[in-house]
Amino acid sequence: MSNEREPLPHYQEPLLQTPFHDRARALSQLDSFIPWSGYTTVDVFTTVEQEYFAIRNAATLYDLTPMVKYRVAGPGAQRYLNRLVTRDVAKLKVNRVSYCVWCDDSGHVIDDGTLFRLGEDEYRLCTAERQIDWLLDSASGFDVAVTEVTEQIAALALQGPTSCAVLKQLGLAGVERLKPFELRGFEAGGLRVTVSRTGFTGDLGYELWVAPEDAILLWDTLMTRGKSRGIRPIGSRALNLARIEAGFLAPNVDFVSAERTLRVGSSRSPLELGLGWLVDFEKGHFTGRRALLEERRRGPRRQLVGLDIDGNKPAVNALLYAERSARNEIGSVSSAMWSPTCKRNIALAMVDVPHITPGSSLWADVYLNRELVWERRMCRARVVERPFFAPDRRRATPPADV
Amino acid sequence: MSAVRPSAAAGYDCVVIGGGHNGLVCAAYLARAGRSVLVLEAAAQVGGAAVTHEFAPGYRVSACAHLLHQMSAQLIDELALAKHGLRFAATQMPTVALSGDGASLTLGATGLSGPARLSAHDLDAYPRFVERLARFARLLGPVLEQVPPELGTSAWSDRFALLGLGWRVRRLGRRDMRELLRIGAMNVYDLLNEQFESPLLKGALGLDAVLGTNFGPRSPGTVLTLLYRLAAQTGAGERSTAQPLGGMGAVCDSLARAAVAAGVTIRTAAPVSRVLVANDAACGVLLESGERIDARTVVSNADPKTTLLKLLGAEHLDTGFVRRVSHLRSNGLAAKLHLALDAAPRFSGLDAAAPGGRLLVAPSLDYIERAFNHSKYGEYSDAPAIEVTVPTFHDPGLAPAGGHVISAVVQYAPYALRAGWDVERERMADRVVDVLEQYSPGLRGMIRTRELLTPLDFERQFRITGGHWHHAELAFDQFFMLRPVPGAAQYGTLLPGLYLCGAGSHPGGGVMGTAGRNAARRILAKAA
Ligand SMILES: Cc1cc2nc3c(=O)[nH]c(=O)nc-3n(C[C@H](O)[C@H](O)[C@H](O)COP(=O)(O)OP(=O)(O)OC[C@H]3O[C@@H](n4cnc5c(N)ncnc54)[C@H](O)[C@@H]3O)c2cc1C
Repeated sequence: MSNEREPLPHYQEPLLQTPFHDRARALSQLDSFIPWSGYTTVDVFTTVEQEYFAIRNAATLYDLTPMVKYRVAGPGAQRYLNRLVTRDVAKLKVNRVSYCVWCDDSGHVIDDGTLFRLGEDEYRLCTAERQIDWLLDSASGFDVAVTEVTEQIAALALQGPTSCAVLKQLGLAGVERLKPFELRGFEAGGLRVTVSRTGFTGDLGYELWVAPEDAILLWDTLMTRGKSRGIRPIGSRALNLARIEAGFLAPNVDFVSAERTLRVGSSRSPLELGLGWLVDFEKGHFTGRRALLEERRRGPRRQLVGLDIDGNKPAVNALLYAERSARNEIGSVSSAMWSPTCKRNIALAMVDVPHITPGSSLWADVYLNRELVWERRMCRARVVERPFFAPDRRRATPPADV
Repeated sequence: MSAVRPSAAAGYDCVVIGGGHNGLVCAAYLARAGRSVLVLEAAAQVGGAAVTHEFAPGYRVSACAHLLHQMSAQLIDELALAKHGLRFAATQMPTVALSGDGASLTLGATGLSGPARLSAHDLDAYPRFVERLARFARLLGPVLEQVPPELGTSAWSDRFALLGLGWRVRRLGRRDMRELLRIGAMNVYDLLNEQFESPLLKGALGLDAVLGTNFGPRSPGTVLTLLYRLAAQTGAGERSTAQPLGGMGAVCDSLARAAVAAGVTIRTAAPVSRVLVANDAACGVLLESGERIDARTVVSNADPKTTLLKLLGAEHLDTGFVRRVSHLRSNGLAAKLHLALDAAPRFSGLDAAAPGGRLLVAPSLDYIERAFNHSKYGEYSDAPAIEVTVPTFHDPGLAPAGGHVISAVVQYAPYALRAGWDVERERMADRVVDVLEQYSPGLRGMIRTRELLTPLDFERQFRITGGHWHHAELAFDQFFMLRPVPGAAQYGTLLPGLYLCGAGSHPGGGVMGTAGRNAARRILAKAA
């Protein structure tokens, strides 16, 4: 591409390519790309099944670059973040990562993300969607600078039971001592990389952060050194299956950002999303606190729960009922899959009180398409604990040498 | 001002930040209900924007507000301000529309008088117009005295409040109701052009719609601002437009005495630096001196931005709420010119008694609109609209023997002047004097000293962010249950125990005291 071309109007700008794009395209058998935050990224490389099983049995690479990254820095950074998110950021130590959500004034979730504490007064917030206006408006009155650094950092998720072994092959000395939600900088073979033991798969895994110039070197080294550990690249679809098993929420799938909902009642509070454990009422004020206190006092009306559904047909978009006769609608499914690892038909669903306690039994109407003949089946569903899949290896430090 | 009460050590029931007139009114009502109250005023004297100051040796003038037309007779009665020293140098001051050719026009409560020549149509239409607006103003009057209802609640009191207003509109009768609905959202330019012929008359009536606002006569919503101003004046009753003896500061001096008599402690030169918070509730204040004062309730007379963003701080508030507060339109457009004169000013065409009125330089609606145009682009106007009084005409004590004072509100002078006020202040003062000279030949030669105070000066002197007459623009979207912003429109804020009581709250600015009185009622009702 020549640098002299006339800039296009923004709506005609093609999607951006991540620094890993050329490598991804070369390995993509299906040429199946999807847009994500202004970038084009791979949906499926080969088959979803192959990629999914690699997450659970070997090691996988997923291009995280489009993840929106904000640098939050300054003497007021901690106070700022503590007013922004519902968790107590004061408890987050340097070189640690925390999963958090932030809410609007009504206590409804705007987005979730991971917060990295890079230094005494420096943090990085990673989110699925752009949030700059809310983040900047929240900064008024605080001595803090919030800047988007998405394009300055390339990132890969390396996930799966052999992921630690792959990193050791790279020569990252001591990487096996990294605890879950810990991060550290490494240098090996001319590569400077920051490794955090984080991920979206609920499995043993890491996220690797490098300067865009080093992206190709990182990719190539991982693919060569990781060959013996079964490494392969994966697309968004396989990752989505792993994240449902891990019980993680996807924005715009399991909840809609409160900044984007148009209909009254379609935004959700962290209490409703089953994220009450992320809300620290004792830490001082944060946006939405008073509304959430009020909601806690009143008790939730509905909650996001895990379901185990009879049969093996994913209950995609199913409505939920209190009884088989489908008289009282009490909720709906937002994510559903047959879990090959758990051998269970699982789903995430928003369910009305009182049907939210584990053990509650409900009915899902599942639609089956049998060679274009549609069939509706009422399947029994039980409320179960999340996550559906939580292997010990995701926490073990050091991880088993496989 | 008075001895520290014994309760001081243990803190107060209520601390009021700011001893502007609203803060004093609020404090007095709270104390009368048995609360221990401390008023903390940053300036060396109480009064806020309702003060008298010496601007040249021996010359005193109301530094900001100069005419009292909105303080209700009831409030003056309840607080026994007469007993506490409030006297009027003049009441029922007529409005005189000045004309360059000396053919001025006097607007009375019931009719018009010359020397301006008026059409039979205008003479006939004026009393009916005034009558009708007065009916509408009386309808709005009770709204001002009311704690605004909260939208979106299921509380019956809130619904009744809205129903009550609807009922009063309905009771106007069909013709008036239709007319109110028709003109309610109009601009005053169109309304006056449809009612009257004389440019001078229209200019004078139009100025009242835009005085103290960021509007020109053609701006939407200016009929509403006019009605609102008239509604605020209904409570003054017989007294109508008045000049307090000793200037506007005298009103606040009497309020301070009334407050102290009710048990209030007042401390001046005591700027507050922070509202203190414990367990998500206001629990006191910190003074700039470092002194800490505990209180169960903190009431702020300071403007909403100062109170919420500076004294409390965004940290204790939600982002969306802070967004709304930061977006409040609060930049002022009204300046004040003070002239210390060697002799009595004379206005062409006015008889000897006329300078005692409220003299307007607003010869036509287009003149005002043109003056407004400049302000949109960060410039002051070379031909501003002006409200002039000669306070020494009724109150000679304000100047050395034989001397006189002119007090003039000058519009429009934008807070955010592009060239900067420190560069332009004197040049603008020259222009205003040039304009006044056209109506009062020889005036320039009598000037001993002059002072031009801009919105920036009001911000610096009275700590009003943006220096706005009403602390926050009085416009449809910052009105009644939206004033200053939803979430703080019932005097309470989102922080339990912190209340607003100043001009930024319903029903807005003007030396009226209603915001202070309503806030006290709300605080007392909450505690009960
Ligand atoms: C040019 C101009 C002309 C006007 N003319 C008229 C008129 O003729 N008639 C009329 O009725 N109205 C007039 N007004 C409007 C009127 O002056 C105001 O609306 C009114 O005085 C506001 O009163 P208040 O008590 O609400 O607030 P203020 O008078 O602003 O009082 C607030 C007080 O709080 C104090 N304060 C602020 N921060 C702190 C702190 N941190 N610690 C301690 N104290 C603090 C301030 O010092 C001040 O004393 C005019 C306004 C302007 C700008």
